[in-house]
Amino acid sequence: MVHGELWTVKELFVTPNEYIYWSVQIVMYPFMTGLVAGAFVLSSLYHVFGIKQLKDIARFALVFSFALLPAAPLPIMLHLQHPFRGINVLMTSHFTSAIAAFGIVFSTYGAIVASELWFLYRKHFVEQSLFLKKRQDKTLSEKLYYLIYTALTLGAYDISEEALHKDEKAIKILAAIGIPVACFLHGYAGFIFGSVKANALWMTPLMPVIFIMSAIVSGIALCMLTYIVTMEIRKILACRKQSPTYSPECREEIKSVEINVIKMTAKYLLFFLTFAISLELLDLIFRGYTAVKSWDVLRSVIYGKDFTSIFILQYGLGNLIPFILFLTPGLTIRRAIIGVLLVMFGVFMMRWNVVIGGQSFSLTFAGYMHYHLPIIPHDMETLKEGLFGALGVFISPFILFYFLAKIFPIFGLKESH
Amino acid sequence: MISRRNFLKNTAKAVAGISVPLAALEILSPARVQALKADSAVRWAFLVDTYKCVGCGFCVKACKLENEIPYDANVTRTWVERYVLTKDGKLFADSPKGARDGFISTKIDLGMGNFHDVKKEEIKKAFFVPKLCNQCDNPPCVQVCPVGATYQAPDGVVLVDRTWCIGCGYCIMACPYGVRFFHPKYHTAEKCNFCYHRITKGLKTACVQACPFGARQIGNIKDPNDPVAKTITTERVGILKSEYGTKPHVFYIGLDEEVR
Repeated sequence: MVHGELWTVKELFVTPNEYIYWSVQIVMYPFMTGLVAGAFVLSSLYHVFGIKQLKDIARFALVFSFALLPAAPLPIMLHLQHPFRGINVLMTSHFTSAIAAFGIVFSTYGAIVASELWFLYRKHFVEQSLFLKKRQDKTLSEKLYYLIYTALTLGAYDISEEALHKDEKAIKILAAIGIPVACFLHGYAGFIFGSVKANALWMTPLMPVIFIMSAIVSGIALCMLTYIVTMEIRKILACRKQSPTYSPECREEIKSVEINVIKMTAKYLLFFLTFAISLELLDLIFRGYTAVKSWDVLRSVIYGKDFTSIFILQYGLGNLIPFILFLTPGLTIRRAIIGVLLVMFGVFMMRWNVVIGGQSFSLTFAGYMHYHLPIIPHDMETLKEGLFGALGVFISPFILFYFLAKIFPIFGLKESH
Repeated sequence: MISRRNFLKNTAKAVAGISVPLAALEILSPARVQALKADSAVRWAFLVDTYKCVGCGFCVKACKLENEIPYDANVTRTWVERYVLTKDGKLFADSPKGARDGFISTKIDLGMGNFHDVKKEEIKKAFFVPKLCNQCDNPPCVQVCPVGATYQAPDGVVLVDRTWCIGCGYCIMACPYGVRFFHPKYHTAEKCNFCYHRITKGLKTACVQACPFGARQIGNIKDPNDPVAKTITTERVGILKSEYGTKPHVFYIGLDEEVR
């Protein structure tokens, strides 16, 4: 069977070679990259602009952004027909292509996040390394930690006041460079779509900007969600543990910190969400007003075939309801969870409506293609480019984050020493 | 007096020293040198006379067999479209199986298992339009390939390197004519290349040869004595989707505004 034939149903006049070639993994790609970029921007808001209220979530966002990094190229690798040749993009980059820049932009960004993380945790590495070195009769896991931490110090053991001050400066510089790079990483994902002149829905210079804005929105939402989850776990632990930190006040303290951080972050979320929606609506209005040749088919897709997924799921459920939830006074954690979940769903639907929606009409402007996501996998293709492949991509950063959090402690750095 | 040991040592050094700069040089075959010169004396162009096309589909059949595109796979390097315009202004168009078996039924394929039979007296006009790669002068598919696996030969034909294509599908997305697809066997981008293996040996393309009515012709647009070049330069011909600025090199006689 031809690639794409399995999940494409053609209606009316569609040329023989047209299929939905870019399927769910290409929806995941901008979605995951968006989360990476968004998480980084959130952490930079504190490091660069010194927004103190975001201090607690900033370090967390940075580690999470690092955990999300591999999830950006993963969907592409799962989508490629020849994944083992994927390295060719780096080896023989053909720079007139938007995709060719991926390797460079992505590795630059990765290097920035990694080095910022290193400066942020350098003190911790050194302390842990020295602490474990002194320890007699190390257990196997302690030996392993000792090796990891010693390697991570990179031989720099100077943690004097002066050196740490320099570290802070480096973090600030890296975070500042990181913002445009993160925006570029994602803006250029928008460019990949926006520059396809053959696709009437994709081709708009607004695409990169829309992508950046929604990326920040989704990144902040994901950080908020993971932050809440981790705080809830801490709350439970603070209750249950027969540890010296146990106290009912401690629990209350965590709770108040949590809601404060969430309230503060929600403001930034809404700010960027407003931007994203304005740009998307501007694009829609502009298309309707100019009504070029492709508008007839686009209108039938936007207001007809994809009405539910655009206006109900994306704008209604994903944008309008979270707005109401966050703007109603007296924000609670529970409401915030529902809000951020809906926001993330809304951004996912936006990617879906761009990627799948852009392929749901024929180049003839006289036919349609319907996408049917493969759910039960029965071969490699339906596994990779089906529901389970997409879920795997979505879950992978959380698994990685679990392991990363063991090396990069996210909370209570000061208490532990 | 130079010792044998020192002689060998110095020789090894000299060989190693010389081989480093020599590695930068490359031995080129005369054919490669010819190809590197941009000013080719040949620019392939295609001429389709839609008045002559009857929709028999021999061209599609011949192409599939010649270029080893699995016969039953629902992709094809070339295809024929049928357009039927009714008196009440409706357009019906289809290309079942790319017209591999010709248009054997008068019913228009609407997809999803639906067919529509247009009554003879309702038809205002009806015609067939063969499609193939336009071998654009400004090919968007070549522009977007991230690894350079698809490229344009100096004679204008756009080719795909099956050993280098990563299968991202960006070229398929970028082509406004829908001529590209993934090869069902090689899983790399696939397209019409004017039967490059034939035209470079002085033969006609498989579709041109198979067409019983002379609706398809191929020629060198740079040769003033070429009959195809003469027609293109002296008669009124049209191209598909000029708005994309791709400068296609498949020219049509009798192109209708309804052709997509």
